[in-house]
Amino acid sequence: MGTRIIKGLLALGFAVALISGCASQPADDMQEEAIVEEAPEVMSQPIETVTPVAPPKAAWTIQNGALYELDSDDEYVAVGNGKFYFDFDQAIVKRHGHAVLNKHANYLAANSDARVRLEGHADERGTREYNLALGERRANAIRAYLTSQGASNYQTEVISYGEEKAAVDGHDESAWSMNRRVELIYQ
Amino acid sequence: MKLRRVVFYVPVLVVMLCCHSLSAELRIEVTKGVDNAVRIAVVPFEWRGRGILPEQIADIVSSDLLLSGRFDTLDVDSMLSLPHVPDEVFFRDWRLLKAEYLVIGYLHAVNQDEATISPAVTRLRLHFELYNVFRQSVEVIHEIEGEIQDLRDMAHYVSDVVYEKLTGIEGAFLTRILYVTDTGPVDNREYRLNVADADGKRAAVILKSREPLLSVIWSPDGRKIAYVSFEKDSKPAIYIRDMESGETEQITNFKGLNGAPAWSPDGKSLAMVLSRDGNPEIYIMDLEDRRLRRITRHYGIDTEPSWSPDGTSLIFTSNRGGKPQIYKITLANLEIERLTFEGDYNARARFLPDGKSLIMVHRRKGIYHIALLELTRGRLTVLTETALDESPSIAPNGSMLIYATRYGGRGVLAAVSIDGGVKFRLPSSEGNVREPAWSPKKHKKFEANILNE
Repeated sequence: MGTRIIKGLLALGFAVALISGCASQPADDMQEEAIVEEAPEVMSQPIETVTPVAPPKAAWTIQNGALYELDSDDEYVAVGNGKFYFDFDQAIVKRHGHAVLNKHANYLAANSDARVRLEGHADERGTREYNLALGERRANAIRAYLTSQGASNYQTEVISYGEEKAAVDGHDESAWSMNRRVELIYQ
Repeated sequence: MKLRRVVFYVPVLVVMLCCHSLSAELRIEVTKGVDNAVRIAVVPFEWRGRGILPEQIADIVSSDLLLSGRFDTLDVDSMLSLPHVPDEVFFRDWRLLKAEYLVIGYLHAVNQDEATISPAVTRLRLHFELYNVFRQSVEVIHEIEGEIQDLRDMAHYVSDVVYEKLTGIEGAFLTRILYVTDTGPVDNREYRLNVADADGKRAAVILKSREPLLSVIWSPDGRKIAYVSFEKDSKPAIYIRDMESGETEQITNFKGLNGAPAWSPDGKSLAMVLSRDGNPEIYIMDLEDRRLRRITRHYGIDTEPSWSPDGTSLIFTSNRGGKPQIYKITLANLEIERLTFEGDYNARARFLPDGKSLIMVHRRKGIYHIALLELTRGRLTVLTETALDESPSIAPNGSMLIYATRYGGRGVLAAVSIDGGVKFRLPSSEGNVREPAWSPKKHKKFEANILNE
């Protein structure tokens, strides 16, 4: 009987050690929430004292050069597609892009270490060097807007590819409209 | 004008290039020739040696003349006799075939002891004669010497002499064309800089890159080229390459645009576009001391400079008036004059060698064409019927221009004579082709003996 109690205590102690060991792992890497969520399944008994507290998630994250923000369901969602489109031979930032650009500006303003590359592009019509200049104008227009909304100039780098790097192969307005763009690529 | 469509393709038997990797050759399709083409017979040249020469001179000359659009060449199969020397020429044979002119010739090793065509035979002498069939007179007797690997160039030299004699215009067959190709899907593209003879043959790859290449030009002496490449850190820079040695030097590394290089006629300076001061402006770099002189100062886009033949002014594209138009700036006083008023998109102008006209990209009814602007009369003529035309480059004799367009779903090169009378296409067997640059005449001097003048 006495040995049973000891065995039981040992088992409990082992389980506690196991669970607390599991729970301590996610603390090493704030990004790996998956393991934290798995932890409760391992728990066979309620042990309030060792329940891991998930660290608060960052409001933003960068994945493959794109900006993600935390939504109300605590999930990261992409902030737009990182592309802003322009009219033919124009470098005016469209009004409907402002809301998304404001989010980028907020992120940059809140994270002084953040750096973003603004890649300007043009459609295939017209001459190549003029299109390089046009692509640069577009990227500069996005840069000026971000700066006006709180980003710092040193955080943005402008580069133009003109018509040299189409996003979409094609020779009609549907392709051209996708190619007249500025892409935001976080470093 | 009737539309002729002749496909002319001479397979190259032996490619003499050793140091360049091979590139897809450009095939030339004449889409329009002149109505009153001169009918000429080029008889296969006699080789007075053993073995087979790697190139057939007469085939190359016939091809050149046909591609100029000003000549109609006779098939060898239709010829009634195949003379090589004056004694064998019977003018009635050629009158029957309605040939107006006749070219004959022969080749032999300079060192007559060299009996076989082998590595031992390196130097050849080419003798050729041009006859006027109706007048039964000899117009030209020439002899030139060259190395065996220069046979194609020797043939182009013959074409130049015949062309100049019969049209009064300097030939441009002894020239080359630089062009850019790309292959692969948008997310996995390979860019190549290529060079080929003006007839599309002896194509070779100069440079391969995963990043864009553009704005390719020749130095006035044809020994160097300049171009814009994004190869370093995916950012644009201007490079100069020596075509003989392959030595390449990056000559700009400024923040922002580094583009649109344009060699001054004296070869000492390079006009270019830099946006290092925040806005695309035109600068001139002294290639000796690398000092920069800023030429334009405007918040609009200023780009695509090109020198006047006398080197005293630049023309450039600017949207300072709202839309892209061509302006001229005099270098002595930086005075600016607008040159184009017709249409709402005129860009990338180039002077013709006489300095009296410009060619440029001109949009009409939403379609991009190549147009000619005569400066004194202010008259603008659209030269091309194709769409999405760009990057016109003029032959050194000022008679033809080559440009990039689209055909059959691909980027191709096409050419048109300045009078609009001759048109041809140069499709490549793979990928998209663009950014052509026609070289100055080759500096290869053959020791020519002009025997009849």
